[in-house]
Amino acid sequence: MSFNIALWLSQDAITNGAIYALLALALVAVYTVTRVIFVPQGDFISLAALSLATLQAGLVPGTVYLLIGGGLLITAIDGVAVLRKKKLKRFAAIALENIALPAVIAGAAVWSASRPEDILLQVAVTLAIVTPMGPMLYRLAFQPVANAPILVLLIIAVAVHYMLTGMALVFFGGEGVRTQLLPDISFQLGVLNITGQSLAVIITSLVLIVLLAILFGSTVYGKALRATALNRTGARLVGISSEFTGRLSFALAALIGAASGILVSPFTTIYYDTGFLISLKGFVGAIIGGMTNYPLAALGSLLVGFLESFSSFWASTFKESIVFTLIIPVLLWRSLTTHRVEEDEEP
Amino acid sequence: MSALDVRDLSVGYGKVKVLHGLSLAVPEGAIATVIGPNGAGKTTLLMALMGLIPGRGAVVYGDRDIAADSTEERVGYGLCLVPERRELFSDMPVADNLLLGAFPRIRRGARDVEDDVAAVYQRFPRLQERRTQLAGTLSGGERQMLALGRALMARPKLLMLDEPSLGLAPRIVRDIFQVIADLKSTGVSILLVEQNARAALQVADYGYVLEMGELVLEGPASELAANPRVLESYLGLAHSPE
Amino acid sequence: MSRRLLLLAVLVLLAAAPLLLPDFYVTLMNYIGLASIVTLGLVLLTGVGGLTSFGQAAFVGISAYTSAVLTTRYGISPWLSLPACLLLTLPISLFLGFITLRLSGHYLPLGTIAWGIAIYFLFGNLEILGKYSGIAEIPRLSIFGWSLGGGRQMYYLIWAVTLVALLAAGNLLDSRVGRAIRALKGRTTMAQSFGVDTNRLKIILFVYAALLAAMSGWLYAHFLRYVNPSPFSLNASIEYLFMAVIGGSTQVWGAIIGATLLTMLKEWLKDILPRITDQSGNYEIVVFGLLIVLMLHRTREGLVPYFSALLPAEKPVLARPTTPPLPARVQPQRGEPLLEVEGATKRFGALAAVSSLSFEVRAGEVLGLIGPNGAGKSTVFNLMTGVLAANEGEIRFRGERIENLSARAIARRGMARTFQHVNIVPSMTVLENAAFGAHLRGHAGVAAASLRLDRPEEALLRHEAAQQLDRVGLGKNLFDQASTLPLGSQRMLEVARALCADPMLLLLDEPAAGLRYLEKQALADLVRRLREEGVSVLLVEHDMEFVMGLVDRIVVMNFGEKLAEGSPREIQNNPAVVEAYLGSVA
Repeated sequence: MSFNIALWLSQDAITNGAIYALLALALVAVYTVTRVIFVPQGDFISLAALSLATLQAGLVPGTVYLLIGGGLLITAIDGVAVLRKKKLKRFAAIALENIALPAVIAGAAVWSASRPEDILLQVAVTLAIVTPMGPMLYRLAFQPVANAPILVLLIIAVAVHYMLTGMALVFFGGEGVRTQLLPDISFQLGVLNITGQSLAVIITSLVLIVLLAILFGSTVYGKALRATALNRTGARLVGISSEFTGRLSFALAALIGAASGILVSPFTTIYYDTGFLISLKGFVGAIIGGMTNYPLAALGSLLVGFLESFSSFWASTFKESIVFTLIIPVLLWRSLTTHRVEEDEEP
Repeated sequence: MSALDVRDLSVGYGKVKVLHGLSLAVPEGAIATVIGPNGAGKTTLLMALMGLIPGRGAVVYGDRDIAADSTEERVGYGLCLVPERRELFSDMPVADNLLLGAFPRIRRGARDVEDDVAAVYQRFPRLQERRTQLAGTLSGGERQMLALGRALMARPKLLMLDEPSLGLAPRIVRDIFQVIADLKSTGVSILLVEQNARAALQVADYGYVLEMGELVLEGPASELAANPRVLESYLGLAHSPE
Repeated sequence: MSRRLLLLAVLVLLAAAPLLLPDFYVTLMNYIGLASIVTLGLVLLTGVGGLTSFGQAAFVGISAYTSAVLTTRYGISPWLSLPACLLLTLPISLFLGFITLRLSGHYLPLGTIAWGIAIYFLFGNLEILGKYSGIAEIPRLSIFGWSLGGGRQMYYLIWAVTLVALLAAGNLLDSRVGRAIRALKGRTTMAQSFGVDTNRLKIILFVYAALLAAMSGWLYAHFLRYVNPSPFSLNASIEYLFMAVIGGSTQVWGAIIGATLLTMLKEWLKDILPRITDQSGNYEIVVFGLLIVLMLHRTREGLVPYFSALLPAEKPVLARPTTPPLPARVQPQRGEPLLEVEGATKRFGALAAVSSLSFEVRAGEVLGLIGPNGAGKSTVFNLMTGVLAANEGEIRFRGERIENLSARAIARRGMARTFQHVNIVPSMTVLENAAFGAHLRGHAGVAAASLRLDRPEEALLRHEAAQQLDRVGLGKNLFDQASTLPLGSQRMLEVARALCADPMLLLLDEPAAGLRYLEKQALADLVRRLREEGVSVLLVEHDMEFVMGLVDRIVVMNFGEKLAEGSPREIQNNPAVVEAYLGSVA
């Protein structure tokens, strides 16, 4: 392998690794805050990419109906409950969030579909469609069983992934898509031909990672999320509601999933189930970080990016097998360095 | 008028009943204490009052029944618990622990949170010295101060304390009880659960003795302190060794 | 109608089914049987053991491909390839189990997800496995020249294997090892303190489930006579798990219910959905997902309890032992030092929960370890029982240092304990919970239990449990579910369980907490009788009244240190103790 090829593979590795790192950070955030191993993370990638492609084709994506349907369902469940308690103000807030907001987003989607040249608007609408699905999902699937054992939450997460994958198939069919975001620019840096797309991915990912660091490190909401992760009972006792942190962390995960979907869709063909495979590579990164350590998870994801990129050069047919087998030595290392069995005692 | 009025409260874990129809009240601006042996259900009582575990019966706070409300809503009303296990955010600095104590107020747009932090530091100068230190590295007494300080950040109207003297040296216990007495003078109503019967009855206005999930004795704290049965059940004096 | 009759009717129906059903349904039944075998492994692993694997389809695949390659490429008889399939699955599952099961619970599912995907892509890309087009013309099975080519012949083989596997698994759960397996979910500390090697047991359980999957894979290859990667994908593993969840977790036959319902539903949806929507695709996964979410929101026990309620009740009986009773330990000489704690220190971060504490328990005495809340009593208890490791100091049992031994090794040396917070297996009967205590007095393993070779020993263990229960006043509740007992009785059950271990030293952690007056009296009487029999007792208590009339000596702790030591009368008159207990004057 020549030095040039190595450089070229590294560029590829860093571009993909940056996406995996974003996903791994979202997985760690959701897991530490809610104990949910968020298998459906990758479905947001597919939903976002497919929605964006549909908008670019001048059509309204089916995900809009999913948003409206979810909102109506939540209003029906929560609205009735607060109306019984005669809390009219609470009801108004619920209806505003779950009926009015999706309606506005749907309106924006229709408008955006009529302006196929406005890429910025399409990206904004795509983010607006997919991000609220996170908190909706939390409310409907996880909040009712928020205190269940991790294993039960995991099985529910897998079931939700199944549903989302199936719905993506219903709304978008089995065809793969690619989106057009930036004009195909590229420039020469030494021997390396840097494409605008990969630069955009790397810069956006870095910006998002910095924003996440600021959120968790310096804002009171981020601190509330960390507090919940550290001590659930303590958080509830100071009035940090687990519903609030749950929805917030799921919104974050959906936003990151949607952003990743938008970022990868120009250079990867996205099918209804592609996102899952991409997010699993984020999972491998997150597992390297023990599901709890943000920096290690990000570094682990970069490692996955490099392994994938270089193995696609040497043994392209076994690329996926090699990447996922990486988890074996990682687990072996974790297992040999863990002295006491971690307990999962149930109350 | 009572700050808190509990009527016929029953609590159980699964099929095991722990509290059997308790009725008790915390008078406005006063300290009520619940004492009793281990396993009597004291901590369970406080958890139920905070809505951390479900119970049956009425919990009237001020003029509303809050029995169906969530823990977070109760905190919003001004009900605060300093739990037996402190439940601090161990990997966060002291200052952040205090800040989060005011989380519901910050969400509602409060701007005077920094003043309250300063007030807590004034009450517990040790916390100010340690404000950048992680909560997990504090000593037992400092942890209790931080737990108390964090609860005060919510500006509670009714403060519930679960075994504040637990595992603390006598000198620190004295300090903590001094703070509890001070708080009462600022108009906070207090429900104190203690195994340190003497200290609790000395600082409290009214007392209850809880045994086996039932209130067996109640009365003004001074009367209970003189009641021989209270002493007996604590020291086992009734059972002289042969 | 008795259960036996019902079972007979089911067996007759199963046997007659291929003679009555059309081809399509026989094939469907075959698929149900194959799925049931895999799901059975997951019911044991996930439902009973609380562990989860998303790699079962990969195990099915490894076995199916192994047999396919061996029989088509090397012309080996399918009957010889079966042991090869199992022998290949064994080390793979052992290795996977070894690296994930020491870690916390979510590493096994995550590890198997990644591993399952890796295997799937490997199947699809390896030349020798025919890449994505797979391997065709796998030979059919034959028995003594009689070919099992058709679906109807394979039906009998598949269902025979299914029923045998079900029977063996049912036997396994109803045994000494089975009790330990049922404690894996959330009760590992308790299980270890009665001598169960929980890590090893988790691996055994995972291997057991993997071998069942391998069995199904071998049958699959010779039933379909064609393998390709898609039935062994991650989605297939997920569906097996869904079957286990839907069917139920606590009973082995939940596997058949789950496999049947999901297989039928899938067929039905494949039939009906294309008529509703005009697009094609596997929409049934939306319905499956929804079903699982709704189900888990309501119950975690699956549908088995609903079916169980329909069954006629069965009256349990206690088998009479046919062999001589269990040998009892020789108690040490009265007065000899039994347990010595010397300079023990335990720190949690900056807090010293116990600091240079020393005391000893002599054989034949009842020692009380008391102190106010937070004094460090529970930490001392955990140091002595191997749950925590001391930072400094020595702990000796009969002269042997035990401070670095595991809870399991300490149990083996003759210490038995109770738990401050009742730690029983709620779904087991009172008798089974008590018999758990005698774990180390039995030896029957997985194989003996599955084959019911453990009955004589099991009768002895249960007989012992019944006797100890009788002693603590629970003789009438042998077959009640333990969770239905009131708290006081659950505490007495804990004592009976500890006694089943035939201990030299009985460690009671706040046994009187939550007991009523009469129950306390009964407990005190029991402790006195044990002392007469030569059993030594260490009583960690907060309740002074209970301790005073009962113990020979008292050690008082405060702030992790020894405050006083002496006879009950000396302690009661010690001003420092009174101060510590009633609290200083504020």
